[in-house]
Amino acid sequence: MSEVRTKVPEVANGRGEAPRLAPDVAPGGANGREHERRVTIEVENLQAYYGSKHAVADVSMQIYANSVTALIGPSGCGKSTLIRCFNRMHEFVQGARVDGKVLLDGSDIYAAGVDPARVRQRVGMVFQKPNPFPTMSIAENVAAGLRFLGVRNKSEIGDRVERALKDASLWEDVKNDLKKPGIALSGGQQQRLCIARAIAVEPDVVLMDEPCSALDPIATLKIEDLMRVLAERYTIVVVTHNMQQAARVSDFTAYMLAAEDRVGRLIEYRRTEDLFTRPRDKRTEDYISGRFG
Amino acid sequence: MTANTNVPGSGDLSPLVRSDFLYRRRRMMDRAMTLAMVGAAIAAVIPLFLILFYLVKEGVPGLSLEFFTADPNRPGREGGGVHNAIVGSGIMVGLALLMGVPVAIGAGIFLSEYGQNRAGSVVRFIIEVMAGIPSITIGLFVYGLVVLRQGHFSGFAGALALAIILVPIIARITEEMLLLVPRSLREASYALGAPRWKTVLRVVLPTAMPGIVTGVMLGLSRIAGEAAPLLFTALGNQFYTTDISTPMDSLPRRIYYYATGPYDYWHEQAWAMSLVLVAIILVISLVVRTLFGSRVTVRQ
Repeated sequence: MSEVRTKVPEVANGRGEAPRLAPDVAPGGANGREHERRVTIEVENLQAYYGSKHAVADVSMQIYANSVTALIGPSGCGKSTLIRCFNRMHEFVQGARVDGKVLLDGSDIYAAGVDPARVRQRVGMVFQKPNPFPTMSIAENVAAGLRFLGVRNKSEIGDRVERALKDASLWEDVKNDLKKPGIALSGGQQQRLCIARAIAVEPDVVLMDEPCSALDPIATLKIEDLMRVLAERYTIVVVTHNMQQAARVSDFTAYMLAAEDRVGRLIEYRRTEDLFTRPRDKRTEDYISGRFG
Repeated sequence: MTANTNVPGSGDLSPLVRSDFLYRRRRMMDRAMTLAMVGAAIAAVIPLFLILFYLVKEGVPGLSLEFFTADPNRPGREGGGVHNAIVGSGIMVGLALLMGVPVAIGAGIFLSEYGQNRAGSVVRFIIEVMAGIPSITIGLFVYGLVVLRQGHFSGFAGALALAIILVPIIARITEEMLLLVPRSLREASYALGAPRWKTVLRVVLPTAMPGIVTGVMLGLSRIAGEAAPLLFTALGNQFYTTDISTPMDSLPRRIYYYATGPYDYWHEQAWAMSLVLVAIILVISLVVRTLFGSRVTVRQ
């Protein structure tokens, strides 16, 4: 893995041109240690389209290793579209296309000849609704990604399933029911099963697209705790509707907004604490203070 | 809670009275509709039960050990069985499934996973037209294609005709069942780094399997009862054979032959064959359902 250190980031500006990077990791920021963070994903001037519709425009940002980065913003601001550009799931929609660069540890995942399947092995994803495979047992669900990769050794699969379930703090709930169907679990357990499935292949990044929006508050808190723990080993990017959630779990928060042209843009991207306490952009302030959205 | 105290005429024409009246009307309408639906459902199953009742009543007397184990006697001589027809039907239907099911499921997969384009529309249209072709026409087609060229009727030609009937039925059901598999499951698979073909084979197909199996059963019941396409292909045979290059007997054809024949014991055997045919399909359905039915297709 190539080590990409942050360059001195430009400071977020006001309206008009796209803000770049996270300003507060600049030397002299709130925490001097921050500028040592490794960059896992670097987005350069990303544009996303659905057919002729421009959905996300001019996004440039760096996502830091072993941290939780939250994408917030009102419905239709393009945050889900943006996150789906990070593992090439965006192109799964017919007519969808992407311009610009997304560098994963320095190499462009949109470069010619890159196999999207390979990208997705390194950048896992957890979806809004828990979606375990209904024909598979709990263990088979977790092992699914490993089998797709061609791992056949049964004891290795068993070990990795156990480890993934433990990491997803689901092991204690299901260790005696590994052969039961995954869809027999409760919603929150299913979502943790999906997280276990995503981390069983040991990706670098785990993308979470509103992972708690279908869950009750207790299950939500469990997932949030899990995100914090997982951030020690993985880079987490989470899309959320819920500002409190972003404030609770994330190290960095990006605020996105679609203006009248309905094209989503990155408005402000900073350390979570700073974004919520000292927003620089009026639009961010309006949003986090609940004036709209 | 209804406002029964607000009796009309008490002078208090409050909105409650009005809604109570409305509520009663709705409840009556609800009952009338429920009754109509139950009636329709009963009307739909009455013929089925009549057929089953009649089959059992008329068919059971014809059943005997000889009926299952002996081949037909020469016409006019009572006794004999339909062993050759049962075996012939089994062979031809089995062979038709062997030939037709892989093609049909493959076509269904193509249509649902790779067919959202012009090529898919063309194939879909052809399959729909195929499904509409009368089975006797398919028999004639196979007669021209196989029987005339080979110079003789054969069990293989019969099986081929049945397979051609089978393909559009199963292909359409397969496509529909695959399309029912929620997009979220495909996405989950892709997000794990599975290529498309693995997603189809390991996630989409297994999820749709109960529905596809139902489709195969539907196709099987359809072809097991077909006599018309076998008339010019397998022809029929007085004698027992397992050689698919020779003419072969089948239950539907022998039912037709006996039912229109002059002897009473033929009629009795025709009823018995009908009963056996229905019973075989029923048993196969039940077995398959217990094997595959435990997995329920999830619609998210």
